[in-house]
Amino acid sequence: MEFKNPANILTVMVVGLCAVVPFLAPALGEPFYVIVFARIMIWAIAAVSLNLIMGYGGMISFGHAVYLGIGGYTIGILAFHGITSAWVQWPLAISTCALISLIFGAISLRTRGVYFIMITLALAQMVFFLSVSAERYGSDDGLNILARSDFGVSFFDLNDKLTMYYTIFGFLLASVFVSWRLIHSRFGAVIRAAKSNDTRVQAVGLSTYTYRLTAFVIAGVMCGIAGLLQANLENFVSPDMMNWPRSGELIFMVVLGGMSTVFGPVTGAFVFLMLSEILSTWTIHWHVIFGPFLVLLVIFARGGIAGLLTPGRTRE
Amino acid sequence: MSNALKDMVKEVALEARELNKSFGGLTATDNLSIEVARGEIHAVIGPNGAGKTTFVNVLSGLLKPDSGEILFAGRDVTLLSAAARVRQGLARSFQITSIFRDFTTLENVMLSVQAGQGHSFRFWAPTARDKSLREPAVDLLERVGLGDRVDVTAGNLAHGEQRQLEIAISLATNPSFLLLDEPMAGMGPEESQGMIDFLKVLKGSYTMLLVEHDMDAVFALADRITVLVYGKAIATGTPDEIRNDAAVRAAYLGEEAV
Repeated sequence: MEFKNPANILTVMVVGLCAVVPFLAPALGEPFYVIVFARIMIWAIAAVSLNLIMGYGGMISFGHAVYLGIGGYTIGILAFHGITSAWVQWPLAISTCALISLIFGAISLRTRGVYFIMITLALAQMVFFLSVSAERYGSDDGLNILARSDFGVSFFDLNDKLTMYYTIFGFLLASVFVSWRLIHSRFGAVIRAAKSNDTRVQAVGLSTYTYRLTAFVIAGVMCGIAGLLQANLENFVSPDMMNWPRSGELIFMVVLGGMSTVFGPVTGAFVFLMLSEILSTWTIHWHVIFGPFLVLLVIFARGGIAGLLTPGRTRE
Repeated sequence: MSNALKDMVKEVALEARELNKSFGGLTATDNLSIEVARGEIHAVIGPNGAGKTTFVNVLSGLLKPDSGEILFAGRDVTLLSAAARVRQGLARSFQITSIFRDFTTLENVMLSVQAGQGHSFRFWAPTARDKSLREPAVDLLERVGLGDRVDVTAGNLAHGEQRQLEIAISLATNPSFLLLDEPMAGMGPEESQGMIDFLKVLKGSYTMLLVEHDMDAVFALADRITVLVYGKAIATGTPDEIRNDAAVRAAYLGEEAV
């Protein structure tokens, strides 16, 4: 990997900043930024997971935020019923995401292009409306989570701010590392090849459907982990976390940072959320600036930030 | 062994029985039967629109026939997917170059080698350092004459080189049978001759069904020829028989090659 190229330097800076924010922000008199960065990192995990299927696999899921919701709601509903042990909550959240993404993937991967986009959207909205109609769990008002996931040990307590923050940070690093390994493995080669030329992959003897579906489930689980972290961080889940605009924002973060680059989605999430954070403190009409900016970036930097900063590299 | 007996034990590598395939009102494959003996190069020729590529697509499994059956090495493969047929040893190349354009030449062939080694549910080890993929892929690229082009992005190769890569990808799956859909498509005379020479080298190691427009190539390579017109086989025979067949001359060769 080229560490001298500016895109990677930016990534190292973003990750480095994430690592020191819990100490830096209070020292600068802006402790509020600790939670901002924690949120950004959660979105970055979700964006990294979407990039696996969208950037590398060409599967443009417009319902990816649903796994944030499913991961989050699993924590919320279990906590509501008094089950707060992380050893129950987390495996259950992960397996629920795996199961749902297996079902949704099995259905939607039978289609291509616009149909795939619409089916992933429709399936995700189905779960969204289910959560809106679940009166017991707060409907559209959402569900407060009274206690964070409990690991039952004193040295690892998510109620501790630093532990919570660095748990998220650890998962972010893990998600980037896992996706890097995946992409360069045999499995990843099949996924990338199927994006480029599906028929050819079949003509060398590999059933692309099974491989795509596996990637879809891996991405669903990874995004579900982001969801369970979000539920713990905010002590709150609501249908809004899996409504379709969230899925659209995830797509935007991936495109903004640079599709099919391992770190792109991290910088994409960072720039997207920091910009909206900063602009919204300037004016309540910040969308008027934010929207055109994003449009310009997509038009003039087709490889996203990574493409813009990488000399001599052109991406489709 | 007498010739008659030799013919009796002659092994059939691929057999199509009464295949039919139509698209709406257009019959692309019309009650087509063909037998390809092990080790031979069997050419399929025919004017444009004769249904040659459709035939290759049906044989390779990319299209399902409306009726009829396909036997490969004595087994009925009619219901098998394209990928499953490749795993049985039935590989194909494409008329319109079908490669992974943003992969390097080496990565193209490595993917195919990888597919020939069984499933690819290996999630962790990087392929770039995998000698069991790299070495066979480099060997194969040297054989097809791309040994000095391994690290070039496939989309940047010259057209003739892409055609060579196309064949290399097919060979890397370890097939016993090659379905070659116009391997010389778009090639200049020199490149074509190179490909003819290369296919001659492969002859003996592989059974081949060769769909080709280039008559010089067909008559230089084929043991037997089947002539397709509107999806129907109007004649099958040795190159000499085909050259002298009245129906073939009328339907096809008459215009260009008498």
